[in-house]
Amino acid sequence: MLSIEELRKLAGLARIEMPDNELEELRGQLDEILGYVGEVSKADVSSVPEVSVPDLRNVFREDYGPHENGKYSEAIIKNFPSSSNGSLKVKKILEK
Amino acid sequence: MIDLKHMTITKARADMEKGEYSAEELTHAYLENIKTKNKELNAFLTIFEDAADEARKVDDKRKSGEKLGVLAGIPIAIKDAFCVKGRETRAASKILQGHIATYDATAVAKLREADAVLLGMTNMDEFAMGSSSENSAYGPVRNPLDPTRVPGGSSGGSAAAVAGQMAVASIGSDTGCSVRLPASFCGVIGFKPTYGAISRYGLIAMASSLDHVGPMTNSVLDAEIMFDVMKGPDGKDATAIPVSKAQALKPVAKMVIGLPTDLPTEGVDPRVLENLKESAKRLATLGYQIEEIKLPNVRYAIPTYYIIVPAEVSANLARFDGVRYGLHVDGENLLADYALTRGRGFGKEVRRRILLGTYVLSAGYYDAYYYQATRVRELITRDFNQVFSKVDAIIMPTTPGPAFEIGTKSIRSPLEMYAEDLFTAPTNLSGHPAISVPSGMVREDNVDLPLGLQIIAPKQRENIVFAIGKKFLGENKT
Repeated sequence: MLSIEELRKLAGLARIEMPDNELEELRGQLDEILGYVGEVSKADVSSVPEVSVPDLRNVFREDYGPHENGKYSEAIIKNFPSSSNGSLKVKKILEK
Repeated sequence: MIDLKHMTITKARADMEKGEYSAEELTHAYLENIKTKNKELNAFLTIFEDAADEARKVDDKRKSGEKLGVLAGIPIAIKDAFCVKGRETRAASKILQGHIATYDATAVAKLREADAVLLGMTNMDEFAMGSSSENSAYGPVRNPLDPTRVPGGSSGGSAAAVAGQMAVASIGSDTGCSVRLPASFCGVIGFKPTYGAISRYGLIAMASSLDHVGPMTNSVLDAEIMFDVMKGPDGKDATAIPVSKAQALKPVAKMVIGLPTDLPTEGVDPRVLENLKESAKRLATLGYQIEEIKLPNVRYAIPTYYIIVPAEVSANLARFDGVRYGLHVDGENLLADYALTRGRGFGKEVRRRILLGTYVLSAGYYDAYYYQATRVRELITRDFNQVFSKVDAIIMPTTPGPAFEIGTKSIRSPLEMYAEDLFTAPTNLSGHPAISVPSGMVREDNVDLPLGLQIIAPKQRENIVFAIGKKFLGENKT
């Protein structure tokens, strides 16, 4: 079974803050789910290449018709949780 | 009064052409109905109060003799997962609260080009993660046929809108069941085309290798009309495939329909299996040849699906970080901002899938889970392709049972909900087109609940699915 530390690490990697009681509940659920999805190991996949991807094909399109500069800026900026003079405002990430 | 019961695109179109009512009157009728019913059913998250203005524009076009699109004046509901320019688009999640879409999804743009009238955004499982529409951050959707039951998910609001006469037709997205299952639970038609047949540009992604766009309607012909409007390549979606040249249909007597004999039956309502047999008989009576087939790897579909989906979810949903749109929860630094925003903005099922996805993709588990699942996916696809070398179509139930009561599955184990996708997820993994059509009723607690029959065809042979669907429902006569 997954340990609470492992789950805390996963939540950290996924950038999700979760209280311990919820992680505890998830522990049991993930264990149950992993046990179930582990069924895939029973399938005989020897006939399938090790790295199997669905049908892929190249898709190209002409590079044309750029929209006029700033056409969407206002609508996009309106969605920003925090903006300043038409720029997205984010927290400082470098400390002195 | 316009009779909205069993309204179809073709009927509304003919009525409006004859001048029996205008697009504005029709739109008003639907808006009124939405206002009356939505309090109880919670099918719409956003109602476009100005829809009648759009309808009036179509009426004006008609009056001035301008050429009209095939959906002229047809009121249509849109799943909250599609960007609709200038409207709040949230995927029923708190993390996208206040997000106003800055552009139209391609499917939506094509509906507009066909002169459709958009009625509003429909409720759904958050980020399309669920099979009951109970996972919405804005409350569950209720089934119009029995409001104590779920409408199915994840496009539950779109299904309820069509079944509850709150829209002539609607669109949804289908990653593992999400158009067909709710259509089946609500007694309407739900169609998932070949992977890539309809562009996903502007659809908020859940699992990109499995996401499909599809319509929900009151007739198979309507589904075909909606498909024809929305299909086609798109420079903005590299997975969108070109429209293939229509291949002629065989005469009915030459068409062979495969009936699987090795479907998983655990947890399947016996009445569903009985209904499948009856449907096969009905198709035989209609002149089709029924042949027994085997799909031995379909029993691995759910485990495969619930590895691949969380893996893709954990990557796709990384973009929701509270920086550029939607919810922002402030922490002591940027990293804390991300974690707090995502912790509070995502609902339980979304967090569960992201963590599960992070796990199956992590070093040490990658081979056993993710790689193995992609290989089993190939086996499932081969099953279908092999069978299609012998038959023209395959039939299967849509769901393991009829619509269930709200709260009964969600409070138990997530696995119980996942099992609902038993018969629908296989074609998301393989990419084959499939339709769900109503195939009969079962009685539970004095309510008649619909079951659905799935008709599956080779890739890009949507015309087979539509032809059999119409014949099965007796639509050819009208």
